[in-house]
Amino acid sequence: MLEPRPEEMLKITGLHAFYEESHILHGIDLTVGAGELVTLLGRNGAGRTTTLKSIMGLVGRRSGSITINGIETIAMPTHRIARLGIGYCPEERGIFSNLTVEENLLLPLVVREGGMSLAELYEMFPNLQERRKSMGTRLSGGEQQMLAMARILRTGGKLLLLDEITEGLAPVIVQAMGRLIGQLKERGFTIVLVEQNFHFAADLADRHYVIESGVIADMIPRDELASSTDKLNQYLGV
Amino acid sequence: MELSFHTVMSQVMLGLNNGVFYAILSLGLAVIFGLLNIVNFVHGALYMLGAYVALLGYTMLGPLLGKPDFHLNYWAALVVAPLVVGLLGIGIERTMLRRLRKFDHLYGLLLTFGLALIIQGVFTNYFNVSGDAYDAKPEVLEGAVNLGFMLFPKYRLWVIVISLVVCFSTWFVIERTKLGSYLRAGTENPELVKAFGINVPLMITLTYGYGAALAAFAGVLAAPIYSVSPVMGSEMIITVFAVVVIGGMGSIMGAIITGLLLGMVEGFTKVVYAPASSTVIFLIMVLVLLIKPTGLFGKES
Ligand SMILES: Nc1ncnc2c1ncn2[C@@H]1O[C@H](COP(=O)(O)OP(=O)(O)O)[C@@H](O)[C@H]1O
Ligand SMILES: [Mg+2]
Repeated sequence: MLEPRPEEMLKITGLHAFYEESHILHGIDLTVGAGELVTLLGRNGAGRTTTLKSIMGLVGRRSGSITINGIETIAMPTHRIARLGIGYCPEERGIFSNLTVEENLLLPLVVREGGMSLAELYEMFPNLQERRKSMGTRLSGGEQQMLAMARILRTGGKLLLLDEITEGLAPVIVQAMGRLIGQLKERGFTIVLVEQNFHFAADLADRHYVIESGVIADMIPRDELASSTDKLNQYLGV
Repeated sequence: MELSFHTVMSQVMLGLNNGVFYAILSLGLAVIFGLLNIVNFVHGALYMLGAYVALLGYTMLGPLLGKPDFHLNYWAALVVAPLVVGLLGIGIERTMLRRLRKFDHLYGLLLTFGLALIIQGVFTNYFNVSGDAYDAKPEVLEGAVNLGFMLFPKYRLWVIVISLVVCFSTWFVIERTKLGSYLRAGTENPELVKAFGINVPLMITLTYGYGAALAAFAGVLAAPIYSVSPVMGSEMIITVFAVVVIGGMGSIMGAIITGLLLGMVEGFTKVVYAPASSTVIFLIMVLVLLIKPTGLFGKES
């Protein structure tokens, strides 16, 4: 029997994106089903961050189509896209230095019920509770990454866009991140994970998209990952 | 020269009275600069407009409405002028500043400078440059109070108190409330704040409106003390810009404290060496620029 097609949480077709005069994305097509965990892999400068930013409406100009739960967002302002229920964790983490840890946590707008409460988040991230009165950028790199993740879990949004969340972290913290991502998947979050390589999410991801020079070069489902390692290493220049 | 405690204190109190105007105005500039990255050169003109709303509301509004007995009183002016000028600010932001956001911040500065010249020019054309007296000071604020060490005009004391209340409330809202956390975050990384679902463009518009309203509020407070004239804003704003340079653009509390202190320094200088009192702030500005170019409270960037 055919598996029922998962509901399309995110569908991108023919996406072009520009910063000023530079044309960065040249017709990206990808879909992410509800509850799926999908990675965007690629070399530095391939256009993975730009893809996430395009979804949030944070690039200079974009064209094509991006639907969130079937709602077209290509002409929407950023804050309205976010209110459709997207949690965005930027590559540079974006912890606000003028805000305390708790203010950082409470910043994203709650868009619907079902998000995690502050108490739940503190239970999940005890370090953040201890340091909740500190200014955001006083935290260590790992704690900042935890904070950047934690604050998008409160909003009730079910689609998470995570940009290189393991970059520059100590191996134990990378492991903790891996467990966290697993828990989030179990809780039913839909996750788009930008990574440099496929190892971090190999056990968790349903599918891997490879981006090269602003287009999707390949898509590798979970069960083909083992047989595609060489091909992937070639794409990623490992 | 003998420096009696009384002479010094009375000049320092009068200086504080000037200082609260510097504080409110530089606070507004700091809030606007924080979120819009624009040096709001039209601030002085908005201050002047606030005073004129009070003056014209008192003298001309009644006749204009066909009710010669109607006068907008002082208390009403304290509410109406900030509202009117705040709305004007919102209009300026929506129709003009917003379009400049994607260009260099210099254009915002040039635009507001041009607006200041236009507003001042129009008012110079219709009103007396040497100023008109505002006669609607409320009776309860006439006379003087005994502060123990001196008799101080009641009205000036009121101005000091209410200005401090407004300044520190603004500080409180920005630094200690949820709404303020949006503003602080927007100052730091507006794009990400948008990505968290917050309507940043609206926040920017309202912030500019609030800054304009603050300037108008100061204008109404000033009306019974100084004469209301088309150039009152441009005279005031030169000193306020010096205050802002000394304090550094970055900090709300910095703007308030610097404004108050410099007012008092000015007052004190009046006792010690009166001819220097009008230049002492600029002297301090030069010194600060030489020693700490980002200003006393400014952050290195
Ligand atoms: N703000 C920007 N302005 C102009 N070009 C940019 C900007 N950000 C990224 N780029 C360019 O876009 C391309 C894709 O970058 P990015 O999406 O960050 O790649 P990745 O995240 O895959 O490393 C790169 O060539 C980069 O130099
Ligand atoms: Mg990137």
